[in-house]
Amino acid sequence: MSEVIKIATRDSYGNALKEIAENGGNDLVVLDADLSAATKTGIFKKAFPERHFNCGIAESNMMCVAAGLSTMGLVPFASSFAMFAAGRAFEQVRNTIGYPHLNVKIGATHAGISVGEDGASHQCCEDFALMRSIPGMVVICPADDIEARQAVKAAYKYNGPVYLRFGRLAVPVFHDDSYCFEIGKAETVKEGNDVAIIANGLMVAEAIEAAKQLEADGISAEVINMATIKPLDEKTVIEAAKKCKKIITVEEHNVIGGLGEAVCSCLAEKCPTPVKRIGVNDEFGHSGPALDLLKQFGLSAENIVKVTKDFVK
Amino acid sequence: MNANEKKALEIAACKIRIGIIESTYGAKAGHPGGSLSAADYFAYLYFKQLKGLDPKNPKAPERDRFVLSKGHCAPGLYSALALKGFFPFEDLSTLRHIDSYLQGHPNMNTVPGIDMSTGSLGQGISAAVGMAKGAKYLGQNINVYTLLGDGEIEEGQVWEAMMFAAHNKLNNFCMAIDWNGLQIDGACSEVMSAEPIDEKVKAFGFDCIVIDGNDFDELEKAFSEFEKSDKPFAIIMKTVKGKGVSYMENQVGWHGKAPNTEEYNIAMQELNAKLAELEA
Repeated sequence: MSEVIKIATRDSYGNALKEIAENGGNDLVVLDADLSAATKTGIFKKAFPERHFNCGIAESNMMCVAAGLSTMGLVPFASSFAMFAAGRAFEQVRNTIGYPHLNVKIGATHAGISVGEDGASHQCCEDFALMRSIPGMVVICPADDIEARQAVKAAYKYNGPVYLRFGRLAVPVFHDDSYCFEIGKAETVKEGNDVAIIANGLMVAEAIEAAKQLEADGISAEVINMATIKPLDEKTVIEAAKKCKKIITVEEHNVIGGLGEAVCSCLAEKCPTPVKRIGVNDEFGHSGPALDLLKQFGLSAENIVKVTKDFVK
Repeated sequence: MNANEKKALEIAACKIRIGIIESTYGAKAGHPGGSLSAADYFAYLYFKQLKGLDPKNPKAPERDRFVLSKGHCAPGLYSALALKGFFPFEDLSTLRHIDSYLQGHPNMNTVPGIDMSTGSLGQGISAAVGMAKGAKYLGQNINVYTLLGDGEIEEGQVWEAMMFAAHNKLNNFCMAIDWNGLQIDGACSEVMSAEPIDEKVKAFGFDCIVIDGNDFDELEKAFSEFEKSDKPFAIIMKTVKGKGVSYMENQVGWHGKAPNTEEYNIAMQELNAKLAELEA
């Protein structure tokens, strides 16, 4: 078996920004709030210092500065940790980016409990809920390096506000270069018949691993990568529900307001189907090594296997 | 400025005030007090200061930008835009009506001539400094103006934006503060004093002038100082809230309330008399 390469999607973010600028993206500008080394916009800054605007530790101002820049014909990517991009600056994003539907991209890194040692104050598990609730906002959470880089480029080409969620933790790269990300289109990573596991972000790799283990136990699990939470690929959700009759959602986010709830809303109205949601169960995180935390919070292949077995038996 | 220019501005300001009363009366809601205090600023800005404006092409790229950071004073801005020819003056009476394009707070996607949607205090100034930064980055020789309320500067984000403007040496950025001294809950000095405003603004890296914001000669002086300054610039305008309508002047109760029919008639009588006097 070949060695699994692991890359944090925040690195993909910084690299993709640089690649866009290198390939003719002259209207791209990048904003950061004193976290360039962590968000990896520093990679872009090193190559294009005159197009990297450090806004200091002032995320609210940064979001509205990005809005102003976009009205001048530029395509700003405003970057910070998810906690501050979606959390602290929510109302700025809602009123000055979302309401006028401006062409601003929000690059939010360090999402979820896999932030690790920094603990609950920095572990944002509420950003899907916040960003989904803004009319016209596209919300994307890529699963690995290949998808993350493509998602950044797709967001750059798309005209309108986009929230992109990236992680701090290095995660397995399971896509290859033939993969083609499209905003609003789910990817069926593995076909199956007994249950469909719909995941996003770093939970997709765990779902793939879980499906392998389940296969060995005679359970055929479909794995769907729902990188775009909004707009939700309802067609794929409904088809999976009709085929498998049971759905499991997995996300590194509060079970309230995220992928699980988006899937449930869709199914409740259009194709009532039993659903189990795996996510952070309406609680705050805490300090610890990322991998240990993920395990502790049930965000692991092991727990997906356990929940699935109980669900399909 | 010569006497004729000044008279033209006084006429424009009077018509803007008429528009403010027409629109808030038509809406049965809205914010006449702070719109009236800033009416002379709006008149000067739209009829003397802003360059590259074209009502037939509201999105002309090389135009100066204006962001009404105190978005609740939309009646004043809408009246100036209507007077300038961006849309019919008669439409002002549809302000805040269901399905009217004249939303309660400025909407850049429905109202021709609006450069940024605003309404949530403290955010417009940040968008404006973003525009000023963008203009510099793109090498465009334009200026960006914004108007804040004196209550609005209690929002911390305003000071974040000022830091950004000074740090980025945005000498193409001119903010005005409508220092009428009143906010919804009462006198700013009692609710949450931000004074001394001029010293604070200077400490944040701005050049600054304090003027009578209801005086065109002083407005002219202030804008000419801005053009000479190599720093971001602040015009602190001492104004009278409700200026031009006798019973509204300096009355906190007229911050966010529309005149009833009787009050409307009195206001229109006063403003029309003033207009007739100016046009005589």
